[in-house]
Formats: sequence, structure tokens, C-alpha cells
Amino acid sequence: MAPKLPPQHPLQHSTTAAADGQADHAHHASPKGIMRWLLTTNHKEIGSLYLIFSLIMFFIGGIFALVVRAELFQPGLQLIEPEFFNQMTTMHGLIMVFAAVMPAFTGLANWMIPLQIGAPDMALPRLNNFSFWLLPVAFTLLLSTLFMPGGGPNFGWTFYAPLSTTYAPPSTTFFILALHIAGVSSILGAINIVATILNMRAPGMRMMDMPLFVWTWLITAFLLIAVMPVLAGVITMMLMDINFGTSFFDAAGGGDPVLFQHLFWFFGHPEVYIMILPAFGIVSAIIPTFARKRLFGYASMVYATAAIALLSFLVWAHHMFVVGLPLAAELFFMYSTMLIAVPTGVKVFNWVTTLFRGSISFEPPMLFALAFVVLFTIGGFSGLMLAIAPADFQYHDTYFVVAHFHYVLVPGAIFAIMAGVYYWLPKWTGHYPHERLAQCHFWCSIVGVNLTFFPMHFAGLAGMPRRIPDYALQFADFNLVSSIGAFFFGISQLIFVLVIVLCVRGGRKAPAQAWEGAEDLEWSVPSPAPLHTFETPPVFHRSHHGD
Amino acid sequence: MRSLWQWLLPTCVIAGANQAQANGWNMPVGVTDISRDIYGLHMTIFWVCVAIGLLVFGVMFYSLFRYRHSKGAKAAEFHEHTSVEVLWTAIPVLILVGMAVPATATLKNMYDTSEADLDVMIIGQQWRWRYEYLGEDVAFNSNMSTPWEQIRGEAARGEHYLLEVDEPLVLPINRKIRFLMTSDDVIHSWWVPDLAVKQDTIPGFINENWVQINEPGIYRGQCAELCGVNHGFMPIVVHAVEEDEFEIWLAERKEAAEQEAMGVDREWELDELMARGEPVYRAICASCHQAEGQGAPPAFPALANNAQLIDDLDWHIDRIVNGVSGTAMPAFRSTLNPVEIAAVVTYTRNAWGGDTGDAVQPASIAEKIVQ
Repeated sequence: MAPKLPPQHPLQHSTTAAADGQADHAHHASPKGIMRWLLTTNHKEIGSLYLIFSLIMFFIGGIFALVVRAELFQPGLQLIEPEFFNQMTTMHGLIMVFAAVMPAFTGLANWMIPLQIGAPDMALPRLNNFSFWLLPVAFTLLLSTLFMPGGGPNFGWTFYAPLSTTYAPPSTTFFILALHIAGVSSILGAINIVATILNMRAPGMRMMDMPLFVWTWLITAFLLIAVMPVLAGVITMMLMDINFGTSFFDAAGGGDPVLFQHLFWFFGHPEVYIMILPAFGIVSAIIPTFARKRLFGYASMVYATAAIALLSFLVWAHHMFVVGLPLAAELFFMYSTMLIAVPTGVKVFNWVTTLFRGSISFEPPMLFALAFVVLFTIGGFSGLMLAIAPADFQYHDTYFVVAHFHYVLVPGAIFAIMAGVYYWLPKWTGHYPHERLAQCHFWCSIVGVNLTFFPMHFAGLAGMPRRIPDYALQFADFNLVSSIGAFFFGISQLIFVLVIVLCVRGGRKAPAQAWEGAEDLEWSVPSPAPLHTFETPPVFHRSHHGD
Repeated sequence: MRSLWQWLLPTCVIAGANQAQANGWNMPVGVTDISRDIYGLHMTIFWVCVAIGLLVFGVMFYSLFRYRHSKGAKAAEFHEHTSVEVLWTAIPVLILVGMAVPATATLKNMYDTSEADLDVMIIGQQWRWRYEYLGEDVAFNSNMSTPWEQIRGEAARGEHYLLEVDEPLVLPINRKIRFLMTSDDVIHSWWVPDLAVKQDTIPGFINENWVQINEPGIYRGQCAELCGVNHGFMPIVVHAVEEDEFEIWLAERKEAAEQEAMGVDREWELDELMARGEPVYRAICASCHQAEGQGAPPAFPALANNAQLIDDLDWHIDRIVNGVSGTAMPAFRSTLNPVEIAAVVTYTRNAWGGDTGDAVQPASIAEKIVQ
């Protein structure tokens, strides 16, 4: 890959562009204080807003998880009632998926895609502002349901009908509205990203010259555009069932509770890839940088990403192996799910081969990226086990599944986000993150994440169902370890906040090319990146990439 | 199938070694042929993953130690290699095909519910299981029997904490038993790990599964699908007994059912109904309406000092017999027999200081059910 400006004058375009930009914008007074952030149409500022929002939500969702883990610390009900326990598991899932992981990736996309393709901003800056500001509205509404009579959503983040319709608390209508708003935000964000990537690449940059983060986000954006409307459809059907007397999912009225699950997972399975494909892109940028060697198999990475995205539409019913599908359907979804292991394997092999015969150093972004490769692969292995439909009759809805998806989401998606933050912080702030503290954050996170989630494999295999507030005595040791690990992991994340705050305020100065082996266009603009970059498009020179 | 197992023999030997150690860290081997097959698949795919993991992580960690920038490693230039890339696409496909073949065979077997010796209907309800032996006139509810004092930490926890019930499902060994599964309210999932049966019970659907148990014993499981506030408290206990023992048990249950049916026609005293009603209330009603009838509004209304309920006996009975559509209150016309309904209605009208003195007769309930 490695698109690159000619080495003799890499900073010329951007510095002049930046200078022009500053001069240009000095004319009209931009709003100050809160209005600056409410009205901003700048991709960097909106990117920062997304990232700060998702960090706050990460802690709120994390506190919910810690409430759950505190209750599960030992057998019996000590701290909270089962009703509140169910609200906590549900809100933890919803907040982490829709308010922490997804906006974090959108934030990174906002910041980095224009910089990586040499565009001055996103294609639709006002829409960009709108799609961000929908999020605080949506999630304030969602969180407010916890204080409503009857409590907040208590039916799991998958909200299966009829538990989420006929049997749901009165606040469910607000939950539906919140999800609608978040969905609109995602769709608008995705449209913006597609428009930016397809139209605003620097002259000379072909699709196959784009950095993988751009590629994976392009594919992710198409997934979002395809499936968020399905989510909107299914929650609208719930809304009708609850408030307008329809019976889409009510068997007593001729409806079909299984239809809910088909629709939900037709959205839900692509959704889990929405949360991992951009992570692949980040890791594919970081590993070559710190191995000082070009990414192995750039083209096959692109094709593998596209293959995973296409397959994601054909595997939804593997979440429903015990629902009572016909045999033919079970077989089809088992085979298609197993197939996903192939392109995913290609990616892992490519990363490992990139390392092979490289020149490797272990800066904080690299630590997180390497942990991603190992631990995401472990999550992939348990995913392959879950794909075996007969065995899934034992695994389904147990802690084995909880262990699986937390391995792909926490040391998977979230470690990749953290790797990306450490990687691009010098570009955002002009300072390197504090190395010692970042290492401390990394090692605490690694220990915490494995202590939390590895014992869950055993608890699940031994027979512990998920989403229970109390458990039989044979599961006590596993839960004890998980709870200790969860608190350790949770508290360790404060170090992350500390590193970010310190890095914004000061630290070792970073040059434009903050990392020796980094090759994409963002490293051609100064650090910190000025508010306006690439107002004159850079001329993109393909260096040694296969033409 | 056989030749494939021979191909997989080395892995199965290791799996066999592990079998002895299946002591609460791993999936149970179980007591049916299918559970053993599933365990075999589980261990095979596990060792496949371990092998791939050792290879991939081996190369990775070798590279991390060997090619360090700090040790002066110079990066190589290569960045693609078509034949290697084709190879590591093709080999996983072959491994997957190797896994898919035995998995398909097992799955086909699991779906073959034909020619069963006994049909048992399993009905999920918030939050208990109901078992009906079809064609045998035997049906009963199975509630968790772990006392709330243990859950609250006010009493020492027993060995089978949360995994014990008042009435276990009794099944004969060595006979093919077909399960027909449905639900009266939300989706539940009936799961007993030793039988390798996990099947959702879905309102409006009847799912099928089957089991043939090889060894007598007591097998425990839990509801596996989030079904509301007491999802964690609806365990399953299966007693697998010898076939003749099962026949004796079944005959006893039939006789008891007949006795109960005769009770419908006679006149019951208030004290008798109260005594009968209290355990029914505790097992069925208390999980929502709470131990002292105080309820948990807004979802679950209070029964104690509920003026509407005290004033209108017919309305009260109607709520229990027919349920309240659009709420969590189910119809108990087919779950409870007339004696139990009469007793629990009497109990709720006279407990907690209600003292209406109403002694509702089973015969009048039976009439309402027929209507």
C-alpha cells in the first residue's frame, strides 16, 4: 500500500494549505464557547466531539457493567434486585454498542478519513454536525428511562419480543424513540463517509491506493446504510404492537415472535461487523508502521473485508440455532457462518506475516494492536466453535457466548480504538502520549480483560446461562475471578483518561511525521493538525505500491 | 461417518483423556448418544483451534522476539505472495469441510424426532415449567424449591442451590422421548446440559426435540433465555429412572390426578381451601404479587386490600381463569385445576387481613372454565 507524498517536499502543500486556511478564516469571527461546539462544521472538531462523547459513554456503560459484576461477585442477591439487574445488563449492552463503540469509530472516521485521503473536510459538514448532536439527545433520552416509573429497558440489548412488547415496562416507547434517533445519526454519518470517500480523494488516489482504515470504513458505511433501516423497521413494529394494537410479534393476535428475531439479527449480525471492520483498518495501519514494513497482502485485505461484509448478510440465523429452525436452515447458516472464518483468517495471517521479518518496536499503539491480534483471534476461535450448530445447542445463551463476544468487542474493537487513539494523539494534540503511563494502562488492561473474560468460557461450558442475577454454587469461583478482573479493568481505564488529558495539555512535542514508519497522508500535515488542512488538494504520489 | 471418526481418531483420544477431567470446567459429556456426539464435536473443534492458535501465535511471537528494531533488525521488502495467500485460504476451507461433515450428521440425528415412545409437552411460563405427559392424563407444574431466605443470604445455601424444584420431570431411561415445547407468555429456553437439549419455548409455536437417556440419575438445568425478572429462578430437574419404576410412578400420578378430579364435586371447608391455597399462592402468584400480596406496581398490582378484588368475586375469578390480555397476567384455566384455582382465590380473599369469609367452591370454578 503506502501511498506517500514525494519525500522532498512532503509538508509543503499542507503547511501552505494550513496557512491559507487560517488567514482565510480569520475574516469572519467564529462563535466562541459552547456555540462553537454546537455549530461547528469542522471534521476535526466534530471528530473530537464524537470521541469525547463515546469516552463518557464508555464509562457510563462500564459503571453499569460493574454494578452487574458486583452483584455476581458471590452467589445470592446482595446489592440489587433482579429487576434492576436486568436493567443494568440491558443498558450496559445498549450503551456500549450504540453510544461507546460506534461513535468512537465515527469519531476516528471524522478525524482521520479526510486527512488520510487528502480532503479538506467531510463532504457534508452541516449534516455531520447534525448527526453528532443527535447522539446526546438519543442517549440522554435512553438513560432517562432508568428514572421512569417501572424502570428502564429490562429485556436485554437484543430486546426479544414479546418480552420487549407485551411484557415490557412503560418506558419502552422512549427506548424506541432513542434508538430511532441514534439510528438516524448512524445513517447520516454513514452517508457522509461514503460521499467523502467516493468524491473527495486527493487527485491521483485510486480506490486501491486508499489506506485500509478508509477502505474498512467505506464498507462499514455501506453496511450501516443497509441495516440501520431494518432496525428502524423492527422497532417501529414494536412501537405499533405496544401502542397501536397491532400484533406483529404477538402470537395471541396471529403474530410471530420469531419474526422479531429474524429482523433483529438481519440488522444485528452486520452490526457486529460494523463494530469490528474499522478496527481491522486501524490495526492494518499500526502494525506496518511499527514493523517498519509494508502491510502484507493489501489487496487480499480489501477483498477479505468485502467478503466478510457480504457474508454478514447471510449468517444472521446462527444467533437462532435453538429457536427451532428447519434442518435445512440450520445447515445453511452453519456452513455460511463457518465460511466467515476464511476471510477473517486471511486477515490474521496477513498481520502476522507483516510482522515476520519486520523491524519491530513496541510503542503504545503497537502494544494494543498486537494484543488485538492475539485476543481477537481467541474470540474468533470461540466464534468458530459457536458456528458448529450441534455444539451451539450447548453453548447458546451461556457465559461461553458472553466470553466470545466480549473477546471480540473489548480486546477486539475497544483495544483497536485505544490503539488508534494512541497512534493519532500526536497528530491531534501535537504531543506524544506519556509512554510510561500508556504502558501501565496497557498492561493493566491486558491483565484485567483476561481475568474478566477468560473464566467466563469455563462458567459457560459448565452450564451457567447468561443474564441471571444469581447462580448455582459451582459457578462461584469463576464469577469471583471475573468480578475482580472487571473492577481492575474498569479502574485501569482511568489511566487512559489521565494519559489523554496530559497529552492534550503538554508532553513531548511530536513532528509532522510522528512515527518513523508511518506512511499515510495524515503524517504530511503538521502536528497538531491545524483546523483546516488540504484546502488545496495534495498531489498524491503512489510510491512503491503495486501499480 | 465412521471413516471420518477414524481420521479424527488422534484428536478423539485426547478428547477421551479430557473426558475424565470434565469436572465443572468443561462441557459435560452427558448421558445421551447425542450429548456424547456433541461433546466430541466440541473437543475436536477445540483442538483444531488450539493447533491453529499455536501455529499462528508461534510465528507471531517468534517474529516479535527475533525481528526487533532495538536489536537492529532490518525490515524485509516483500509484501505479497500469491501462492502462500491461496494456500492459507484453501487449507482453512478444507478444515472447515472436515468439521462440517460430522456436525451435519449429528444435526440430522438431533432433528429426527420420529417414532418416539413417549410424548411430553413442556410449557414455559413466567417463571416455572409445566410438564404434560400426552395421552396419560398426567400434568404438573415444576417450581423452584430453593427458599428465598437462601437467596437473600438469611439461611445456609443447600448443595443444589437454585437448581432444585418441587416436582421434577420423571422420565424413563432407554426410551425415545419426544418433547413438544411451547410457552404461555414470553420466550423461555429449556436446557439440561447432561441431555444436550436446549430448545426455545415460544408462544404460538410448538418446537420439537427428543432425548433417549442412557443412565438413570438426576440431571439439572436452567432456563436459558431471558424471560423477565425471575429468569434466574426457573430451574429444571429431570429424574431419569428405570422403565418399570417409571411405570409405577406414572400409575401413581394418574391415580392422584383422579383423586383430585373427584375433589371438584364435593363441598370444601374454608380452612381446607386456605391450607390448599397457600402453597399454590407461594408457588405461582408470589413471584409477581409478592409474599404478602403487596404487589410491585405498576407492573404487578397489589392483592392485599385491593378493593375491586374484594368487592367483585366474579371479576376476581375471571382474572385468574382467563388472565388479563396485554399484561403479564396469564390465564390459569389450563395450568391450575379447579381445586387449585378455588383454593388460591379463597386464600387471596382471606389472607393478609382480607377476612371476607368467602369459601369459593371448586365446582363453581369448573363451570366457569367450561364457559
